[in-house]
Amino acid sequence: MIALKPDFCDVSLPESDYSMEDYASSKARWCSGCGAHTILNSVQKLCKEEQLTPEKTVFVSGIGCSSRFPHYMNTYGFHGLHGRAFPVACGVKFRRPDLNVFVVTGDGDCCSIGAGHWVHAIRYNMNLVVLLFDNAIYGLTKKQTSPTSPLGTISNTHPTGSVLPPINPIQATLGLPNVSFVAQTVDWKPAHLHATIKKAYEHQGLSFVRIVQRCPVFMRDTYEPTVSDPDAITVLNHEDGILLNEKTLNSFRHIVEHDPSDIIKAREKAEIVKETTPIGLFYQNENATRYDQYGAHNLGISTDDRLSAINTLMDRYAI
Amino acid sequence: MSNTSQTTHSEKVNQVKRRTTTEAIVEIVSDSGEGAQKCGQSLGAISAKMGNGVWTVEIIPAEIQPPARSKAGASGIRVRMGTNKVTNMGDHADIVVALNEQVLYGRIDQNAYKSGTILLIENKWATHTEETRLAYEESIDRFKELGYIIHEIPMEKECLKHVSDARKGKNMWVLGLLCNIYDRDLDIAANQIRYVFRKKKEEIVQSNLNLLQAGYEYADQNIDMHFTIPSELSEEEFVVMNGNEAVSLGVMAAGMDVCSMYPITPATSATHAMAETIESAGGIIHQAEDEIAAIGFAIGSSYAGKTAVTITSGPGIALKTEFIGLAVMAEIPLVIVNVQRGGPSTGLPTKVEQGDLLSVLYGAAGDAPKIIIAPATIEECFHYIILARKLAESFRSPVFVLTDANLATGVQPYPRPKIKSEWFAAPIDQSPWKEGLRAFDWDSETGISKRPIPGQKGGMYTLTGLAHDEESHVAYDPSINQQSAENRSRKLAALGQTLKKPIVNGDEEGDLLLVGWGSTLGAIEEAVGRAREKGANVSSLHLHFLSPLEPGLKEIFGRFKKVKTVEINYSDTIGDPLITKENRRYAQLAWYLRAHTLKDIDCFSNVYGQPISPFRILKMLETELDLILIDEQ
Repeated sequence: MIALKPDFCDVSLPESDYSMEDYASSKARWCSGCGAHTILNSVQKLCKEEQLTPEKTVFVSGIGCSSRFPHYMNTYGFHGLHGRAFPVACGVKFRRPDLNVFVVTGDGDCCSIGAGHWVHAIRYNMNLVVLLFDNAIYGLTKKQTSPTSPLGTISNTHPTGSVLPPINPIQATLGLPNVSFVAQTVDWKPAHLHATIKKAYEHQGLSFVRIVQRCPVFMRDTYEPTVSDPDAITVLNHEDGILLNEKTLNSFRHIVEHDPSDIIKAREKAEIVKETTPIGLFYQNENATRYDQYGAHNLGISTDDRLSAINTLMDRYAI
Repeated sequence: MSNTSQTTHSEKVNQVKRRTTTEAIVEIVSDSGEGAQKCGQSLGAISAKMGNGVWTVEIIPAEIQPPARSKAGASGIRVRMGTNKVTNMGDHADIVVALNEQVLYGRIDQNAYKSGTILLIENKWATHTEETRLAYEESIDRFKELGYIIHEIPMEKECLKHVSDARKGKNMWVLGLLCNIYDRDLDIAANQIRYVFRKKKEEIVQSNLNLLQAGYEYADQNIDMHFTIPSELSEEEFVVMNGNEAVSLGVMAAGMDVCSMYPITPATSATHAMAETIESAGGIIHQAEDEIAAIGFAIGSSYAGKTAVTITSGPGIALKTEFIGLAVMAEIPLVIVNVQRGGPSTGLPTKVEQGDLLSVLYGAAGDAPKIIIAPATIEECFHYIILARKLAESFRSPVFVLTDANLATGVQPYPRPKIKSEWFAAPIDQSPWKEGLRAFDWDSETGISKRPIPGQKGGMYTLTGLAHDEESHVAYDPSINQQSAENRSRKLAALGQTLKKPIVNGDEEGDLLLVGWGSTLGAIEEAVGRAREKGANVSSLHLHFLSPLEPGLKEIFGRFKKVKTVEINYSDTIGDPLITKENRRYAQLAWYLRAHTLKDIDCFSNVYGQPISPFRILKMLETELDLILIDEQ
């Protein structure tokens, strides 16, 4: 952090000017080539661009490879229980509107053991950025089928191939009440990834971002074709969507127009995941009910008023 | 009826002879939805307002609408009123008002009545359908055989003189009847009715007042039992409520920012009681999607510096266990109220049990020391929440408050607490974190450390459930795990140092010491008092701190020939098939105290789902001490 005293020069400078390094903590211990490294870099870049005050920023995670994320940020962090990042993050945010809260979760964490909380967190629609690191496999426990593993995935629990179709996290989220922001990106397109995370940060409400993520150790064969094939990705484009510069946009072969205010169309677009990987903003609604606003509505009541409220109730029991 | 003598008259009634009694136990039993509880709660409140000691306990069926006129459907209330303070439900009922005869069978099975108990029974069933009429007649004969004294009362008929639908208001007619029988002040009774129906239209209030008056006059003219229970009005202000309501007020008086819960019997009514007020008192209720989320949300709030409580019962605790372990490991202050009910599994949702002591003590992976306290009275249900919040903050630890279904629904007056602003949690510290101080800077003497709150500049750390060092970094060195476990455990020892040796009720040494915890206090002390009057050499001791345990127990126990716990949970009985002294499974506190003191502590416990009565304890003492302690009835 560069801190210049106000009398050092005439021009007014911001009180603090955080650099990328100010947000970095210990060296990330993910495997070499893991998509999580790119995401970490992008999030630290976002923090710098938005000049997020490190002590006012909290990263909450569950358990899994992705959930090590808070340890690598020099902010407040909460590396809790498997599947339970959502309730913790909602509790952090409920009565602390001054905090920037991010949720980092994985496909097992969010879509399997924590699926109940996922449903309700979407409905609560607190102002959180949710990053779903979806590598379609359990990595930390060494290659078990995840709820988003493609049908037929060979894993240690299904050596002859997984037998159930995967959950589509985008489609599932779009089916929930009070949903307010749903986007998808891939870790290997850093410009799109960053633009998506930025859009998610700017959204007022719960921004659900599924990041299709490479696991080079356990899922190399699954992702290699997608990463190398320019036909494998389709960009959802719109002036209200994820804004890319012309050069980046033109680097994609398949671009379709999609208005993110149209939830019916968003659900249709979520279905094409079977043929291609759609990336971009599926849906946004800034008017959805915000439960964190309810949580903050009665902050700052005076001591006298609090005493008076309790005494009034106590009067009812008086004899 | 005990302790009676021929004396006074009432000013309210003409020439009625009243006998003075120092206490009375009344039950009102009916089908669900007939308002028996409202009637009994009102009688309790009226008596408390007259300066009498009161304890009421609800009789709750498992279903919302159980079948009418059935043994399992008994819904009602017991009210014990006395000249002095009343601390428990007592033994057998003196007078029972039954809106049908079938519901009495469940109570008879529970040994709630004795030979000589007076039953006032609705007589409309005697002229009902043939099947009902026969059942009624058969029951009346059966009750007579059991030695009960029967009065058949035309309740429906009398009510229909005042209302078109007797279901609406029969309970208040019964209240009037009981007010006459027990010389309750009619003005106070009328005010109580106005309070109970404060949200209703004036015509409904008036109709209920008319029924109260009618019931009162009916008893005056048609019933030949009239008592008075002398009382002394205290100068001190009193409040009257049940344990869940006391918990609820405690939550607000402790300045809790967040009460995070999921509906579960018998805990939920604590949340109902605060729902209308808590937002004006600075807090909010969060009804979570499940028990796990409820505690996770509370932990998140607490991590962010907002004080939090979660209120549940045994099955909820089972679901929350992983998060409780996290709160211990990551040293997150949190108050967890467990309103215990019968277990295991769904068990007896509406009935009392003290069955969760060992599960909250040990029910987490690894070594998870936490603070456990148990209020024994309604008043303590209030004050212990405030204490729990302070302990949670001071010791950076989850704190359990163990109440139970008996305390939750038991109603008792207690001195009105004067709410103090210093009971509220202090505003969260947002000053810069002291340079050089680590996130877990464990004090080597106490294990206590100061915690950083998000927003504190320079205090950034990542909380983790993994083994971690002082800086909250993941421990790759095994010695760190040993060291951090030592520090978490040492906090309990540090708290234990501040506790006082418990006070023995009765002689400091003797033949037998009864040890209890939680809601059994009143029954144990009453039984011990009655036994001592008969010359029994018995004392009692009641524990309020269960983790850490109060100091000096081994020394106190050593002064008695025998020590025996009294608990509402399961234990094997020696002599039952296959059960020996060697393989016997002990009641939970006994088990714990045996390990703690290396004394051969016995236990008296059962899981009938009922509060333990002084009578049952006296029966046990008779066997234990080979004395006759109960008067012939």
